Amino acid sequence: MNNANIFSQSGILILLFLVAIPVVAAAIILIIKARAFTIRYLKRKEQEKFYMGLKNMSPEEVQQLEQRKKELEFSLSNNELSGNTMPSDTRGLVNNINHKEDLRFISSKKKGQQRPSIDPHLSKLILWFLGCSVFWLLLGTSVGEYLGIKFTAPDIDHFSWLSFGRLRPVHTNMVFWGWASLAMVGLCYYVVPRVSNVPINSIKKGYYTLYLMNASVIIGSIFLMAGINNGGGEYREYIWPVMGLFGLGIIISLINFLRTIAKRATKEIYVSNWYIIAAMMFLLTIAFVAYWPSWQNGLGETIVQGYYMHQGVGMWFMLLNLGLMYYFLPQQLNKPIYSYSLGILAFWTQILFYTLIGTHHFIFSAIPWWLQTVAIVGSAGMVIPVVAGTTNFLMTFNGSWKKLSTSYTLPFYLIGIIFYFVGSLQGTAEAFRFTNLIWHFTDFTVAHSHLTMYGIISFMLWAFFYTIVPRLTGKEPPHITVGAHFWLALIGLLFYTIPLMIGSTMRGLMWLDGKPFIDTVSFMAPFWLWRAIGGTLMWLSHILFAYNFYVMVKSREEFPIPTTPSEILKAKQALA
Amino acid sequence: MEFFDNHKKLFGTAFGLFAGLTIVVAVLPAINNQRRNVPLMNAVPLSKEAAAGKDLFIANGCVACHTQQVRDVDMDKVWGSRPSIAADYALNTRLDFWRNTATLMGTERTGPDLSDVGNRQPSQAWNLLHLYQPRAIVEKSIMPAYPWLFKEVDSVQKGEVEVIVPDKYAKGIHGKIIATTDALNLVAYLQSLKQLPLPSGMPSPNFLYKKETKTNAAGTTSKLPDGASLYTTNCQSCHQPNGEGMKGAFPALKGSPIVNGDDLELYVNIIMNGYQVPRPEYATMPAVGTNANLSPEDVTAIINHEKTSWGNNAKTVTVDQVKKIMDNIKITPKN
Repeated sequence: MNNANIFSQSGILILLFLVAIPVVAAAIILIIKARAFTIRYLKRKEQEKFYMGLKNMSPEEVQQLEQRKKELEFSLSNNELSGNTMPSDTRGLVNNINHKEDLRFISSKKKGQQRPSIDPHLSKLILWFLGCSVFWLLLGTSVGEYLGIKFTAPDIDHFSWLSFGRLRPVHTNMVFWGWASLAMVGLCYYVVPRVSNVPINSIKKGYYTLYLMNASVIIGSIFLMAGINNGGGEYREYIWPVMGLFGLGIIISLINFLRTIAKRATKEIYVSNWYIIAAMMFLLTIAFVAYWPSWQNGLGETIVQGYYMHQGVGMWFMLLNLGLMYYFLPQQLNKPIYSYSLGILAFWTQILFYTLIGTHHFIFSAIPWWLQTVAIVGSAGMVIPVVAGTTNFLMTFNGSWKKLSTSYTLPFYLIGIIFYFVGSLQGTAEAFRFTNLIWHFTDFTVAHSHLTMYGIISFMLWAFFYTIVPRLTGKEPPHITVGAHFWLALIGLLFYTIPLMIGSTMRGLMWLDGKPFIDTVSFMAPFWLWRAIGGTLMWLSHILFAYNFYVMVKSREEFPIPTTPSEILKAKQALA
Repeated sequence: MEFFDNHKKLFGTAFGLFAGLTIVVAVLPAINNQRRNVPLMNAVPLSKEAAAGKDLFIANGCVACHTQQVRDVDMDKVWGSRPSIAADYALNTRLDFWRNTATLMGTERTGPDLSDVGNRQPSQAWNLLHLYQPRAIVEKSIMPAYPWLFKEVDSVQKGEVEVIVPDKYAKGIHGKIIATTDALNLVAYLQSLKQLPLPSGMPSPNFLYKKETKTNAAGTTSKLPDGASLYTTNCQSCHQPNGEGMKGAFPALKGSPIVNGDDLELYVNIIMNGYQVPRPEYATMPAVGTNANLSPEDVTAIINHEKTSWGNNAKTVTVDQVKKIMDNIKITPKN
């Protein structure tokens, strides 16, 4: 069907602009790639030519080179003034020397630290987890980007498999169970054995988890697009056999981690492992309660849904990421966590209050009023773990602020921590009855979930990625693309959330005022456009992130060409 | 501390605390609710067609944008005559072994609430065209179009329902557009979504956070509400922003003899109780005024808006005139 005429002119232009950005970016990347390929080809040719010449070198030429080498290598003995005591750097303390004559457009950041070597097999498993998660991030946010465009151009396609209602859960579930979850479990495989000071119990079991989690996301996404879903509860759209695969994967890794911890060489259990094990146990509990296939008639479904969706984000994503944070932040700052006790306080209060807050998604609905009140009280109680956690992290940072400018990972940590505070407290604010009146049912919820799942979880995960992948592979990402990833993601997130929050607040007020509903739809149009623009920036940042990951993981062929006399002689020797 | 250094005790305690709280705030309330799950006496199960339509509603993820809950707050009054109660959802049970219960209460209201859409918009013709291309009937809508629920045929057979697509959206269509069974089932489901009146004696929960009624300081009767706004909410989706209606489905108000004429009683009656235009191609108008619980002031504002817009230039009416007619209508029971 040809509906081109129904787009207003500006709508088409905006859409084209949005689509053009990724296309142009892709073209640029393609050109860069082609150029690199050509250069490598020419270098290889040049190298071949050089070696041809080397074979036919006459003895006179060799003698000349010997002579020149001697001349060039002449130097004073360097002890004319100091005597025979040689200065030396036997412990390798002088590093990272800056040469003044370099013109620096990008301030250089510190290299990642070399760490005690990890079992290469484990390291491969971790990289597989992380690599898969990067793939799901790219695909999942591409779907999200497309959904954002659909708010501005609803007639962009008319395929049932790509219609808004079917794609929306594909996006949310893919970034939840694909991107964030796979990345988290992969990082756990690094942290759990490390803080227990023993090797991981079984690497093979890790692969089972990897396969099962990936299978769940693949099958789940296809089912959702085909119209097979669980009946509409958010993040519970996969039917139970599909989510069962995911749960099975988590069970296998949970047992694997528990066995590792049981064998630990340390007496105490480091707090990271508290959070990690708890998160995995809780996720299984939540999934079991919510998916058990023989109950939840009538409003039972809604009560369980409120519990499930909020425990999913708070007890799985948040709790596990906090656990990782308690390991990685002190590591990266090279100092211990500010207060172990605050970490423990946050742990228990999070369990106590967070478990209660689920039904705050259904305030003023037909579910029992007392349950709604409990949820509101629990939401207010969440201030305690959030403030405890934030204080702990910021106090750990304190005294190391100067490191921020010389590190490419610490900005991600800091932004993650800031959003942890802002996003969590925003959630508390949303739960109160009056604010709920305005914000509930509007896109404010969407802004909030991006502020938290993206601002907190994704930023923290990126921080952890840039911390450990160089340690596993020994390769650093280009600082310029890490910086670009950071800024695009951050600015994109702000462009996404702030207009959406402003617009939805005003929309809520219009509803309160009894304005016609359709007027509040057209009112949101500019805010939805801003959301699409912010979303595009975020999406671009993921392409850069994927590129950085590729650079960190990929091994490259090199074409060294000898230039100094000693190198040339060495090459000649090797040839003979 | 010894407790913290024993992984069995530590993780056991954490799990116990979480599982215990889970039982208190989720499992027990859910079971309790499920056990006392009794539908209203006048509730009827979905027809076969409507049940099939509900499956389509679920498969296509309509709940992403449409809620089905009237909250007990004043701003939700536009979506139903009373707040939703637990009994309204009691007929929802597990769909089957593979799929969970779908109460479809929803968490986003990008589009309108559907708790009472069967009363608000019962017209099959309107719903079909709206599914085929929402923007053909609600210009500003951003709802996805569902053309795959329709078929293009050369001629319409007996028993098939044709959808008249406005020219603007008919480009590339050579034959006629008819609704598939899926489309008809989905509409049957939407038509079945009606808030049931509570049995007498059963108190309805109140709407909270009422808007303060604006009375001006002088104490004189306040001005009429905004007729244009009420028209947008209650009338526009059929009669269109330009008052011209839809050819062959919804009559024009522009130049209409009823709008511009003097038979106020008929006019008010149509708004309050609906109307069947004596021509078969037109859809039946629902009891818009009664459904939306419009006051005499509201009805007067709408009438005056319609009488003076789109080139209409008829004499306006007063609240007293309308109120008198409405009082009379109330005596005669509906239907």
